[in-house]
Amino acid sequence: MPDYTTGAPIADRKAPDGPIEDRWDTRRFGAKLVNPANRRRHRIIVVGTGLAGASAGATLAEQGYHVVQFCFQDSPRRAHSVAAQGGINAAKNYRNDGDSVYRLFYDTVKGGDFRSRESNVYRLAQVSTQIIDQAVAQGVPFAREYGGLLDTRSFGGVQVQRTFYARGQTGQQLLLGAYQALSRQIDAGGVEMHARTEMLDLVVAGGRARGIVARDLVTGEVRTHLADAVVLATGGYGNVFFLSTNAKGSNATAIWRAHKRGAYFANPCFTQIHPTCIPRSGEHQSKLTLMSESLRNDGRIWVPKQPRDERRPSEIPESERDYYLERRYPSFGNLVPRDIASRAAKNVCDAGYGVGPGGLGVYLDFADAIERLGRPAVEAKYGNLFEMYERITAENPYEVPMRIYPAIHYTMGGLWVDYDLQTTVPGLFAIGEANFSDHGANRLGASALMQGLADGYFVLPATLNDYLAGGGFEPLDTADAAVRSVETEVRERLERLLSVDGTRSVDSFHRELGHLLWEHCGMSRTAEGLHKALERIPELRAEFWRDVRVPGSGTELNQELEKAGRVADFFELAELLLLDALVRDESCGGHFREEHQSDGGEALRDDEHFSHVAAWEYGEQPVLHRETLTFDHVHPTQRSYT
Amino acid sequence: MKLTLRVWRQSGPEDSGRLVEYPVEDVSPDMSFLELLDLLNERLIETGDEPVAFDHDCREGICGSCGVVINGRAHGPERTTTCQLHLRSFRDGDVLDVEPWRARGFPVVKDLVVDRSAFDRIIQAGGYVTVPTGSAPEAHATPVPKPDADLAFDNATCIGCGACVAACPNGSAMLFTSAKVTHLNALPQGGPERAQRVLDMVDTMDAEDFGGCTNTGECVASCPKGIPLASINTLNREFRKAARTRR
Repeated sequence: MPDYTTGAPIADRKAPDGPIEDRWDTRRFGAKLVNPANRRRHRIIVVGTGLAGASAGATLAEQGYHVVQFCFQDSPRRAHSVAAQGGINAAKNYRNDGDSVYRLFYDTVKGGDFRSRESNVYRLAQVSTQIIDQAVAQGVPFAREYGGLLDTRSFGGVQVQRTFYARGQTGQQLLLGAYQALSRQIDAGGVEMHARTEMLDLVVAGGRARGIVARDLVTGEVRTHLADAVVLATGGYGNVFFLSTNAKGSNATAIWRAHKRGAYFANPCFTQIHPTCIPRSGEHQSKLTLMSESLRNDGRIWVPKQPRDERRPSEIPESERDYYLERRYPSFGNLVPRDIASRAAKNVCDAGYGVGPGGLGVYLDFADAIERLGRPAVEAKYGNLFEMYERITAENPYEVPMRIYPAIHYTMGGLWVDYDLQTTVPGLFAIGEANFSDHGANRLGASALMQGLADGYFVLPATLNDYLAGGGFEPLDTADAAVRSVETEVRERLERLLSVDGTRSVDSFHRELGHLLWEHCGMSRTAEGLHKALERIPELRAEFWRDVRVPGSGTELNQELEKAGRVADFFELAELLLLDALVRDESCGGHFREEHQSDGGEALRDDEHFSHVAAWEYGEQPVLHRETLTFDHVHPTQRSYT
Repeated sequence: MKLTLRVWRQSGPEDSGRLVEYPVEDVSPDMSFLELLDLLNERLIETGDEPVAFDHDCREGICGSCGVVINGRAHGPERTTTCQLHLRSFRDGDVLDVEPWRARGFPVVKDLVVDRSAFDRIIQAGGYVTVPTGSAPEAHATPVPKPDADLAFDNATCIGCGACVAACPNGSAMLFTSAKVTHLNALPQGGPERAQRVLDMVDTMDAEDFGGCTNTGECVASCPKGIPLASINTLNREFRKAARTRR
């Protein structure tokens, strides 16, 4: 076991007691307010312009705060939320199918395998309905019925139809809604936008987060930006695996740097593997593409009953197909939660039933749906996804079943935050995928968009007031020693990366790191494999700092330098991820330790020892602080989707 | 297969730039065009050269970051984004000229990277509905006829890649601007601001050094999201109506 120490337990002190339905109201009423006239005197830094960041920036500026916002892309409209496909959950119960705030809360806690906080999840379900109202008013073109009302569909892990969608481009449409709200504030002067600018470190002064050091990616200029509070909306760390459904630029540098400056990192081993991605086609593969979970509404997943069956799918008669999800989970069928669907796919492939190159794939078949609904109806629902699939694989999914395989998609872990979404560094907030709070050990489909927008539009703007109203902001100058030293460290690090002048590209190291993690800390994990990876990582990291080649200089657009900094941070984060996976000696949600499974191969939780959040403090040796989770409303049971 | 790339290299806005030839061998037809550039860069780094700068991010055709001109066509021979273009669209031995978007409104930053911030400023001028967070009415308060919602969606799928501007002989941003105007003006939520929106967005578009529209339709032929020429008609109609009442 690598060295770590156990520190004092940690607790969320911001969630009020009392009936769970009233807690958010109670907190909002208890939170101090800032007089509208005083708001413009507060500068707030928001890093990231995805759903969480853009919605937060726009809302804070509407309230009158002076927002300074950053994104590494060339425009805030390109943040990776744009790629979310399937939909957004909300407890509107427009279908009259038995949905309610309580049911969305229940489904989310259960779906997360009882590793999330009840108070947070309940609040998420409560504000979900307001998100839909807000988006519709912004002109987000959700799918509608002929009567002009909103359409909904089902997603994994639930038995109601609560998912609102805009064809297969829901993330894009919601992001454009938030981006347009942000654009309005940029025009009005409430938001000072810095595109193509990347946060490289956090400035902590007097024990509080007071700014960031960022690099202008076009000129290379490194500059300190100061503020009264810093909000990180920088997404997850799935790209630590190299191949994932994340965008190429998605990275963990902002949250990792914040971690090194004192913010605890919670549950890093909770990573989500999405069951329906297009299998990789060769060594050249640079990223993986998701096929929306919504396809599981109408597509049926199967493999041949004979192992290593080489026949074309059309030649395999019905009686020789194994619809393994429908067989094993009759009541949820193809719509079991993601962790379960992914593991089931891995198991059938490991047992030799997989299809396509290397046997790493299962069929997702629409023949029945096309026969039942007709091709035009299927096209209307999933047209863009089918087109995307054909574009990538050169196979027509209207005629040949899709081949799919699981891939890294989302990270439930992230910076530890309290009910106010504040990290352990006062004045530093984390929202959206960057925090850990709402999804436990497994996120349900269509809940990421919900959480990102809940945090940005409704939660953070209410709780940030309370922090700012506390006042006591000492005047701070970029010339102050504490501030200058951070900037100096950033410059030195960039210089170091540029001066190694070795022989290997950044990508070659990133690939190797990703392969190692996928092998030993992917869909299933063992103590032995984790130990092996933990031994290898320091060697690989040393090799990186000895042999990486970063051409060019730091005073220009230098994409290799950008990548090098991100990969250097991934190396450090990977080690914590492996350690957390090793210490969490149970299976739960997306974290599957082979040592802990039932006879049927299902994840076996150990509530007696692991019903807690693992919050890691940075240090020579990582320090583990446990936050005990209590369940007063949804009682932990072995999850059953049969 | 083997391809020969002639790539535009330009160290910065002040540099005049030139095409540099790079033969790339052993590529798979299943590679995407950007993976070809990855491979080229990997080899350039290994031999001590500077890699080619190009914008890209999601690599699934939705973020709008990528886009190069291949043999004179924005995003290459297929109607898709550069990241979704695969080498199976080319023949073994092909010679491909790879250039950045070329338009006055999109100055080159480096190699294949251009500055498209003018698009953001067009949106900032009016490409939104004024609805501060928390002020929205119940979502079902205003039903939207399905055809209107579909029209809005079809236009809202614009990814802001800029291929329309690159393809236009005048470097016009009409298709981009018209997609946002059509999206928002088709919906009841966009109604109250419809006149001011189109006037302000067109003013900004003109101020950003984009050319005028002469209805050549090259923009539509290169749009990876299929924004139709009809949207430009809609913009013109909305503009005339608004100019009569507001100017």
